[in-house]
Amino acid sequence: MSDPATGTSRSRRETRRVQRASAKQQGAWYPRWFWPSFAVPAIVWQVVFFAASFYVILAVAFGTVDFFRNPLPVFQPWWWDFGTFTEQVSRIFGGAYQQVYLRTFAYVITASVFCLLIGYPIAYFVARYGGRRKGLFLGLLILPFWISYLMRMYAWQSLLETDGYVNDLLTFLHVLQAPFGWLEGHGITVVLGLVYGYLPYLILPLYGQLDRINQSQLEAGRDLGASPSRTFWRVTLPLSKPGILAGVIIITLPMFGDYYTNALLSQSPRTTMIGNLIDYTYVSPGLAAEGASLVLTVVVILILPMLWYLRYTSRAAAEK
Amino acid sequence: MSTVSTSAAPKRRRWNPLAWFKDPWRKPRILEGMTWLYLAWSVLPVVIAVIFSFNAGRSRSSWQGFSLKWWWQDPYDSLFQNPLLRPAIFQSFRLAILTTLFAVPIGTLFAIGLDRWRGRPATAANFSVLMAFVVPEIILGLALFLSFQNLVTFIPLGTVGQVIGLVTWQIAYAVIIVRARLLTIGMEYEEAAMDLGASPTRSIRRVLLPLLTPAMFASAAIVFADSIDDFVTVRYLSAGANTEPLSVKIYNAARASPTPAVNAAATFMLVATFTVITLGFFAYRFATRGQRKEGAVKEFISFEV
Repeated sequence: MSDPATGTSRSRRETRRVQRASAKQQGAWYPRWFWPSFAVPAIVWQVVFFAASFYVILAVAFGTVDFFRNPLPVFQPWWWDFGTFTEQVSRIFGGAYQQVYLRTFAYVITASVFCLLIGYPIAYFVARYGGRRKGLFLGLLILPFWISYLMRMYAWQSLLETDGYVNDLLTFLHVLQAPFGWLEGHGITVVLGLVYGYLPYLILPLYGQLDRINQSQLEAGRDLGASPSRTFWRVTLPLSKPGILAGVIIITLPMFGDYYTNALLSQSPRTTMIGNLIDYTYVSPGLAAEGASLVLTVVVILILPMLWYLRYTSRAAAEK
Repeated sequence: MSTVSTSAAPKRRRWNPLAWFKDPWRKPRILEGMTWLYLAWSVLPVVIAVIFSFNAGRSRSSWQGFSLKWWWQDPYDSLFQNPLLRPAIFQSFRLAILTTLFAVPIGTLFAIGLDRWRGRPATAANFSVLMAFVVPEIILGLALFLSFQNLVTFIPLGTVGQVIGLVTWQIAYAVIIVRARLLTIGMEYEEAAMDLGASPTRSIRRVLLPLLTPAMFASAAIVFADSIDDFVTVRYLSAGANTEPLSVKIYNAARASPTPAVNAAATFMLVATFTVITLGFFAYRFATRGQRKEGAVKEFISFEV
């Protein structure tokens, strides 16, 4: 057995022996399995509960149902039946779901734009002018992280009631002539809820990126004769682009699975989002295959942003 | 003394808003105003909701006087006496404690392993752990629900299932925080210990783990706070009303006909979360005294970014 394969394996063994010897000289030597073994519990956990559950999603989505519409998952890919899934997809393009998907995109995009318009100046201010009060500002910015999303939506629910403080204030200021039924299924209420709910999660990554910009680059721009606004557009904004993208992605991912904002602030079919469709398949019996198909479509929509975000965070961690 | 004259000066130039706006050296008053306005906006609704938990009447939108009725005075409808809400409080704490006990050790071990184990499988493993963290919660919740129903059927819905669901994505918090700490402490201390004759396992036990305790404190606090607030995963994996924690009860009540008792429940959770986070923060600050490059607040916050 003197083929090239053995030759390479011998040379590999040789190098490993050399490495081991040099490591021994330095005083530290671990067997090859030593460090990987630390990661084993988490890996087993992820395989059994994360990877496997997504396989179940596939098996249920491409499986069949029994007489009572209970799901009969099919775990062998060669017996998969794509009937339910294609039916679900056809509903997106021109069917019953088209409205919901378009609405979800519209809400998510509007809310993200508002989040960015409000969040950017704040992140910019704290990063550039925070000075000695940076710790205080950051402490206040992180406060909403520790208030449950549920409570923050619930708080708005009370404020937006017909006899609530928002209507009181707006009629007092003569913005409104009569109280407005905010909670009666209006897109504007849902978008307001999304903006309020997710804005804190946008500001912090944005701040992180803006804080990393070297001040001397801005000074160089100014020294070379650019006006403050021109420095902003030509230097600050381009340098903060990854932060903008990361912040927008980190808020849009959960928005695509958000059913609770709608459930607390509207409950009307006029504002249903994708998340509500998925939640409905959980609440009502016999829709497991539909639910799994919906989950698959959402994963398809989100997979690229998710991968981009993971790469961004791992790179940012390496830079630190 | 021309443009920067104060109001006390007898003859000052009229204040010109446009010139003020264009002055590149002025203080960023507009940005600062926006920031404070935002900060007020971000907490004011919650403060009002907290105040209304002390309302004397049934309304959550008009004030009818102060009372502790919705906290414990009402024999049936108050938070601490309602036969449905009281077990939910215990369930909330049970889930948060169990999740912390599993997620933090598993995540810490994973972070240590990943810090020293390089290569493609390591990258893939890291990717999978962080993926569970960025996937929308409803997707993970439904996936786990279907898995418990169809594949790993020996795992019952209820406390066991809920803890498994929470741990699956909370591991990531511990991993992120412990890895950040590992990067700052490096290998030097362990190598010093081994130069002085400690075995690899002993140097991990006696040197590395004590150095990692602050990060473990911090991640325990964050995992606990996050699990107690969770209402998506635990709702999908609950087995009926008696395993629903307080957060799910709040969600259900908020959709039906909420009373200020719901405000009291939410306030109670808020207090629990803030207590744990504050404790975690002070434990972190104490354990890293003299070792920090930046302020404790900034380091604690960098875990979130």
